[in-house]
Amino acid sequence: MAKRKKFVNIPVLTHLAEESHQWPYENPLAPGHRMCPGCSIPPIVNMILLEYGKDTVAGSNTGCLEVTTGVFPYTAWTVPWIHVAFENNPAVLSGAEAAYKAFKKKGKIDKEIHFVSINGDGGTYDIGFQALSGAAERNHNILYVCYNNEGYQNTGYQRSSATPIGAFTKTTPVGSKIVGKEEKRKDLTLIMAAHEIPYTAQANPFNYKDFTRKIRKSKDVKGFKFINVLQSCTLSWRTKPEEAFRALKLATESLYWPLYEVIEGRFWRINVKPSKPKPIEDYIAMQPRWRHVLKMPQVLDKIKEEIYTKWDYLLRMEKLSKELAEDLGFTLDEIFEMSWDEYQEKVKPKLKEKTYLS
Amino acid sequence: MAVELIKERKTVAMTGNQAIAEAMRQINYDVVAAYPISPQTELMGFFAEYLANGLVDTEFVTVESEHSAMSAVIGAAASGARAMTATASQGLLYMYENLPIASNWRLPITMVLVNRAISAPLNIHCDHGDAMTARDSGWIQLFSENSQEAYHNLIMAVKIAEKALLPTIVNMEGYIVSHTIGNVNLLTDKEVQEFIGESDWRKNVPHPLLDTDNPVTYGATALPDYYTELKYQQHEATFEAKKYVKEVLAEFNELAGTNYDIIEPYKLEDADFAIVVMGSTAGVARTAADILREQGIKAGVLKIRLFRPFPVEEIVDALKHLKAVAVLDRHDSMNALASPLFQDLAASMYHLPEKPLLHDFIYGLGGREVTVEDMLKAFNRVINLYTGKETRNRFVEYLQVRE
Repeated sequence: MAKRKKFVNIPVLTHLAEESHQWPYENPLAPGHRMCPGCSIPPIVNMILLEYGKDTVAGSNTGCLEVTTGVFPYTAWTVPWIHVAFENNPAVLSGAEAAYKAFKKKGKIDKEIHFVSINGDGGTYDIGFQALSGAAERNHNILYVCYNNEGYQNTGYQRSSATPIGAFTKTTPVGSKIVGKEEKRKDLTLIMAAHEIPYTAQANPFNYKDFTRKIRKSKDVKGFKFINVLQSCTLSWRTKPEEAFRALKLATESLYWPLYEVIEGRFWRINVKPSKPKPIEDYIAMQPRWRHVLKMPQVLDKIKEEIYTKWDYLLRMEKLSKELAEDLGFTLDEIFEMSWDEYQEKVKPKLKEKTYLS
Repeated sequence: MAVELIKERKTVAMTGNQAIAEAMRQINYDVVAAYPISPQTELMGFFAEYLANGLVDTEFVTVESEHSAMSAVIGAAASGARAMTATASQGLLYMYENLPIASNWRLPITMVLVNRAISAPLNIHCDHGDAMTARDSGWIQLFSENSQEAYHNLIMAVKIAEKALLPTIVNMEGYIVSHTIGNVNLLTDKEVQEFIGESDWRKNVPHPLLDTDNPVTYGATALPDYYTELKYQQHEATFEAKKYVKEVLAEFNELAGTNYDIIEPYKLEDADFAIVVMGSTAGVARTAADILREQGIKAGVLKIRLFRPFPVEEIVDALKHLKAVAVLDRHDSMNALASPLFQDLAASMYHLPEKPLLHDFIYGLGGREVTVEDMLKAFNRVINLYTGKETRNRFVEYLQVRE
């Protein structure tokens, strides 16, 4: 049997070292926060803030990130950060962004300030959905990142609508009558793409370059942007801390967590297409919370149905987008690589021309 | 200031909602969050018209719920903006979670509460249920008797909130004040602007979120080792707030020629019996007091303008010499004891060696019209309780229930 490689993500560390000179500590999130070993939230947050820079107002709902970074009288945040309640950070930042716009209009502030809301899946998929949808609909200039660890982890791991089918949680335990969660995951990324916001994406901290590129793109886009990032949770997934990134790698390679991006609900592009997708069983086997479904063929089948039909759907959406792009005189890659302003100037008029009834 | 419309003082007949919208225009808030609920809805509609016609340069956030309205206002105020919202009844209950956060954070937010009954049953008309529900939220609360007071209260509230660094509610009764026309003496746009001062985001709050050179964390968790101290600071601030309210009222009186104080006694100096009331019913109570005076009974009325923080000393001073007091509560606490205003008064007077008889009347629920007869009934009841002609087995009774 081949020796298992340990994953130390060299590119991440290098990038962190390069960008660190502008920050008071080596990372935007100062050391001393209380995250669990193996938690991929700190890399996620640091990648975001390294791209966005110090003139960023961040915010979070109640959850793991909030509780581990802001325990009075300490804080790990080296940018302004606001936490109000469990479900309302997008609404809170809507107000902050409105205030910023008001002052900018009156010439009382001239810095360019970005707004980033970083929240867990509990506060995003469930209780926070209203505020997220509202802020998206009003198209505030805010980046919303969901660190998706597939459950309410801060309270000890209860199911959220992001928890996969069959998984053990404290509210969907594995018992003799009921075995784990009975519902499949809600696909929030699709829902946000359907909001037709400027930019929607699904990302993976293992695929560091892709994630960083998406963060960078979101900074250039004007309006509401949403990135759903899978995040391994040491305590609940029970994946070993040193194996966390290997599990995340498998998540995308097995098609469980496809990486894609959507512009205005109109153009869809898949970023990673495994030539030989790994069996979903390999990914499940790495998570003790979910492993029992390997012995439950019916549930395993449901899981496969969910991920493979979704993959097929995404492939078809990408194909349609490619066709649309070509009809407008661009490649799909060109449309995603160009700046937001260029997209407005070059692509939108052609889209109108092509699709308006004459 | 976007457009200067009123250059000379004038008197206009306006409803409470119109008067508030006018005050909002003159204040020219940085951020306003709006979500509709009767009877507040048209207030924001009037303001939206000002905005649509370029009369204000406010950032108007039409949020998707009241909870988000207060969340947005908190985000804006923490950023240093002059921010407000308005709501009523269920809307207030929905945003309630955020109220103690705003007050512990000392954010100078203003909110107009168009007082409406709380479900169930569903009722869109006036009572003080929403205001009373918020009485432990740590917010300053002012009550308005009519459109004129509502207009003045909001202008003063901006300054009160910024001086005391506590969020402030201006209560205005639904339909009775919000939709009823009264004479409103309007100040000029310049006078309002000078009174409240320019909005400086670096100064409105001590630690603005937008100051990225001095990053701050809002909303840290406080464990058992620190929570008490952080609440104690808020506790002291609440006691301090009364003096700021008085200061602002005095300044405003000079500007507008009004005679506002945190309480408004009416024929109380030599009175034996009094009604204590908040809001528009004060007028009806005063008429009843006049009728009793003509009959030789020394009746008076105490109208309370500042409900929170509760002005203990002033109220006790005004009432302590009385024989009996009829407390009017426009809300039922459903606690088998008595309602909020009675409880506040009883607690304030408990330690006096000599104190008036207190009796609680629940009135005006769900918009039930309050008549002079009702007020006379209340007066007569406490007079008879005092003389022993009648007895009671509870401290509270309904003034207007139809048997």
